[in-house]
Amino acid sequence: MSTAEHSPSSWQHNLQLWLKNINWRSLGSGVGAFLLSLLVGSLFLSLNGYNPFIAFREIFTGAFGNKYALAEMLVKTTPLIFTGLSVAVAAQAGLFNIGAEGQLLVGALAAAQLASFDLGLPAVIHVILALLAAAVCGGIWGGIAGFIKQRFGAHEVIVTIMMNYIAFLLTSYLVNYPWKAAGMVPQTNPVVAAAALPNLLRGSQLTIGIFIAIAIVVVVAVLFKSTILGYEMKAVGYNPQAGATGGISIAVMGALSMVLAGAVAGIGGGVEILGVHGRFIQGFSPGFGYDGVAVSVLVNSNPALVPISSVLFGILRAGGAFLERNTKIPGDFTTVIQGLVIFFMAAPRIFEAVLKRRSK
Amino acid sequence: MTGAELAALIISILSSTVRISTPLALSSVGEVLSERAGIVNLGLEGQILMGAFAAAAASYFSGSAYVGVLAGMLAGALLGLIHVLFSLKFHASQIVLGVANNIFALGFTTVGLVAIWSNRGKSDAVPGLPNINIPFFNNIPIIGPILNNHTLIVYLMLAFTVLSWLVLFRTNIGLRLRSIGENPKAAATVGINIERLQIWAVTIGGAMSGMAGSYLSLSDLNLFSRNMSAGRGFIAMAATILGNWNPFGALGASLIFGFLDAMQIRLQATGFPTQFIQMIPYVLVIILLAGVVRKVHAPAAAGKVYERS
Repeated sequence: MSTAEHSPSSWQHNLQLWLKNINWRSLGSGVGAFLLSLLVGSLFLSLNGYNPFIAFREIFTGAFGNKYALAEMLVKTTPLIFTGLSVAVAAQAGLFNIGAEGQLLVGALAAAQLASFDLGLPAVIHVILALLAAAVCGGIWGGIAGFIKQRFGAHEVIVTIMMNYIAFLLTSYLVNYPWKAAGMVPQTNPVVAAAALPNLLRGSQLTIGIFIAIAIVVVVAVLFKSTILGYEMKAVGYNPQAGATGGISIAVMGALSMVLAGAVAGIGGGVEILGVHGRFIQGFSPGFGYDGVAVSVLVNSNPALVPISSVLFGILRAGGAFLERNTKIPGDFTTVIQGLVIFFMAAPRIFEAVLKRRSK
Repeated sequence: MTGAELAALIISILSSTVRISTPLALSSVGEVLSERAGIVNLGLEGQILMGAFAAAAASYFSGSAYVGVLAGMLAGALLGLIHVLFSLKFHASQIVLGVANNIFALGFTTVGLVAIWSNRGKSDAVPGLPNINIPFFNNIPIIGPILNNHTLIVYLMLAFTVLSWLVLFRTNIGLRLRSIGENPKAAATVGINIERLQIWAVTIGGAMSGMAGSYLSLSDLNLFSRNMSAGRGFIAMAATILGNWNPFGALGASLIFGFLDAMQIRLQATGFPTQFIQMIPYVLVIILLAGVVRKVHAPAAAGKVYERS
């Protein structure tokens, strides 16, 4: 298989292979779940006395209306790529990471604190350093849950939920007491100019953060596609017994996938601070980590497809805010759709049941 | 501080402990029932929130807080029913369903809030439950004032906890329920209707979370506010684990968490950093799950759907 893949003359063949590799069934269930959610969501809006067509028109305008709208949509998409990828990475190794929220918070605070000092470093270095700190702290936070799971068998879902609250309280303490900037608001000192991410469109909040996100997606996708480490993580997730028989340590791979997941979410927190907020403000995350679960579930935790579902939810987020400003329809309508998407994705057999009935 | 003042302070802290613990215990005991029947319901948070909203809305439109409580229970039961049916019929991941439940409830209740009261933050004031004065308690020192003058739900919570324990550990139905959670295959072999019991357990559990929600909106502030549950569903989940999947254990853990929260609220006013006190429940759960202090025992088959082969 590898010879065919690397033969330069056969790009058509590569394309065919790639198309073959896509799980159309799962992609179909994703599209189906999304459309069904829009339908049920519309029904729900109508029942509340709102016009769903106006809602979707406004959401679309809010995300694509002009270049600023588009930029805003990408700004909302960026953190979702990181948290979605974080959940997807752990899922590859068979673990459910509900802890992206906490990992994002500790990463964000680490980056914010490091970026608030004038270290006299060139801009690039300072940014890399801050994001590295975010990756390390997020990685440790995810790794704790991974370690506890593998060493003591405590279920990672419960542990990561608890770790989310501990992260929230720990960052809340730090930002209210030792690291608090002068003033009433619980926040850190502002990020110095050298550590701010370069802006891409004047008058918008769009920064190179979106490129960092895409780059990390590529790295992770390659890791799982073409490295032994990625293969071993996947093997453990796919069939732990077989993996163990093949000499792969389930415990090490599981814990490692959580470190990686945490690092990705942590970088996402750092990018959000250096790109959008310019400092860690308590409560800055509207639940990016939980959105990441939706993002990952929608593409069956395929890391390479995470950007696509992130954009879908980015559209809903940016469009929702626009909807709220311009109509009487509450923007939280998009949260309803998000919940519905996960509901329907959780139950692929709904579609199978429907298909079966039709074929009868 | 004089002795009388100290006693008054202790009574006041313990009385707020009862108030804070009530929704936690209701939701947690409900989760004990679900998990004992082998279904993990991670959607407690959403069920509490939906219960709080439905209770406030029903109380607002009907003018009766008791109608509100019933509506809250119904809303929670409905979400519980959807959860268990989706996991049984479509084999949906119970964890993913729970996450969906929580996100959906947050969106749904906020849209509802705007639709009814045109306010994204909080509702208008709604009729709340009255405090009940039980003359019997007036004669008992310390315990009397702590347990007296609460709303009906506090006493219902105590009754439900005792009832759940009796059903689980002293009846045939309870024995069957627990056997499903431990070994569904064996349960099926002896002819137990697994699905029916699971549906009942999770639906009743959902109703209890819904009632917990109605306590939030109708017993203290007498209004609904956005994301009112504020993580209580996850604390309730923690209480289930800390209480070792036993109704009295869940009540005990809820009381400990309630006490910590009551202390934290007092200390906050003094400028003391309370975050570390608030962390205790979460840290405790991780330590317990890791088995460092004492190994807790989860129902062996919780979270796995039994498929007849």
